[in-house]
Amino acid sequence: MTFEMFLQHLSNAVSLGSLYALIAIGYTMVYGILRLINFAHGDIFMLGGYFAFYALTTFLMPWWVGFIVAIGLTAMFGMAIEKVAYRPLRDSPKVSVLISAIGVSFLIESLGVVIFGGIQKAFPIPELFGQVMKIGNIYIVSVNFFIPVIAMVFLIGLMYLINKTKTGMAMRALSRDHETARLMAIDVDKVISYTFGLGSLLAAVGGIMWGMKYPQLYPLMGVMPGLKCFIAAVVGGIGNITGAVLGGLLIGILEIMTVAFLPDLTGYRDAFAFILLIIILLVKPTGIMGENLAEKV
Amino acid sequence: MEREKLIKRILTVTAISAAAGLLVLFNFIFDSYMLRIVNLAGIYITLALSLNLIYGFTGLFSLGHAGFMAIGAYTTALLTMSPAQKQMNFFLEPLVPWLANVEWSFFPALMVGGLLAAVTGFLIGAPALKLRDDYLAIATLGFAEIIRIVFTNMQSVTNGPLGLKGLPPYTNIWWTWGIAFVSILFMVYLFQGSYGRAFKAIREDEVAAEAMGINLFRHKMLSFTIGSFMAGVGGGLLGNLMGTIDPLMFRFLLAFNILLIVVLGGMGSITGTVISGIVITVLMEYLRFLDGPMDLLFFKTDGIPGLRMVIFSIMLMVVILFFQRGIMGNREFTWDFLFKPDRLKKNNVEGE
Repeated sequence: MTFEMFLQHLSNAVSLGSLYALIAIGYTMVYGILRLINFAHGDIFMLGGYFAFYALTTFLMPWWVGFIVAIGLTAMFGMAIEKVAYRPLRDSPKVSVLISAIGVSFLIESLGVVIFGGIQKAFPIPELFGQVMKIGNIYIVSVNFFIPVIAMVFLIGLMYLINKTKTGMAMRALSRDHETARLMAIDVDKVISYTFGLGSLLAAVGGIMWGMKYPQLYPLMGVMPGLKCFIAAVVGGIGNITGAVLGGLLIGILEIMTVAFLPDLTGYRDAFAFILLIIILLVKPTGIMGENLAEKV
Repeated sequence: MEREKLIKRILTVTAISAAAGLLVLFNFIFDSYMLRIVNLAGIYITLALSLNLIYGFTGLFSLGHAGFMAIGAYTTALLTMSPAQKQMNFFLEPLVPWLANVEWSFFPALMVGGLLAAVTGFLIGAPALKLRDDYLAIATLGFAEIIRIVFTNMQSVTNGPLGLKGLPPYTNIWWTWGIAFVSILFMVYLFQGSYGRAFKAIREDEVAAEAMGINLFRHKMLSFTIGSFMAGVGGGLLGNLMGTIDPLMFRFLLAFNILLIVVLGGMGSITGTVISGIVITVLMEYLRFLDGPMDLLFFKTDGIPGLRMVIFSIMLMVVILFFQRGIMGNREFTWDFLFKPDRLKKNNVEGE
């Protein structure tokens, strides 16, 4: 393998990893606050792609307007899901909420099949993202260049929001202790709602860019990335945003590089993440950046 | 008291013979399509009981059922298919020699399928059962996906994505309901003994159970392994009933149906599982008209594929949001209501 080839694969790996990172953040934020695996997150990611598709094709919006509309709609959708499916179960056993999440996930997927149709749709790629760029001796599609950049912009924004604003502080407080947070006059329901909105927003950004990278959409497209990104969140240390980014990049790079260097294993591509998950759970269940949480009795 | 016991026993025997008689009747009067539904109900009862054992009774939320079913289905299929049939299937790459010329009868093949699933369950359980709740769910789901991906890639053993076609049709009402009946009986006896009680104790409170001297890990492993065995056998039956199996069949979706049956029936109720197993299977077939083109003389639609799944997912959510106890909660059917109407009420309050 030449060095150019390696760089080519690396650019692909980094852009896939950035997408995974964006989605993984949604998992990690929700888990950090509610201790819930939001099974529907992968499907929210899918919705982001479809909303953008319809904004661009049916409503013929300019691409940047369409993307903003799609991202906003998806964020609202994520908040609505929380309100309908998770909030009534806030005091129920953990597994009940998980089952509800599984129900939402299947509902969105099957509604997707009914409304969008089961046939794959080609994503209309704006010109800016479809060009082939030549950097040195390597050729990359511009979307592969823009994905890490856009992901980085959103990450910086998120970090600012989490660390510098009042809402972010409230989120951090909630991830420690709901009761105390409530005593500090934090509106728990509202902050949880914001968290879902924020996570869904990032998932929508991921979904749209996924649609441009692999230019097709289908209702079940969120399942595998969803699972992998949850794994990324666990690998990085669930509840930790930096960890989720690291985990996402790690899984994306691992996936692309293993296939690039060991083509015989291509068929097992989807299994890598799961194997990594099991190793992490056995060796260091708290993940790379995670803190030790004592089991409460 | 003695008289009451005798009457109960007579009632039980009568009910079982009535059920058997009904099955005989079905076997005579139903066409093959209806019989298929009856068969499917029996298989789903076995499968749902196995998940209920793991989740409803022991409190281990496992999403890996599809993987065990895949193992059972593939093992049974490969052991029962005739060498000629295998040769027709494996045209891309020949089947490994040690499997190419075996042709077993159905029962031993089913049992080996169950045993292999149990061994896998044992191996998976050892690391996975150290985890709890949602982590356990995602780890078992991961294992099931790994099993499916391995099956997709083992061309010379499983025929890869092409799957296996032309399984010899052994499944009939006696196999499916016989095994369902044995499973029910096994569960009833299990939960009268100390193991069953230990499982329930673990579900209620792990720390308290451990303090009472219950070896958590051993009991969890036992429950998980038995459940995997039943899932393997159920998978073998299901594969045989379908006649064709491929790795895509054993996606998470399959586990969803079984989870729905368990949740609807009531987590930790054998009776509930049996009832909802039958209800869901019948509904699944009955609602099939939603997917296909509808032509009801007066109005026609082109059919909306997927609508059936929409209804089932809404059903799962409604049950979990509003009727968390399902049909039966964790109560069981007894004849007591004939003798002591008050006791049933009291049970309701206590929940067990």
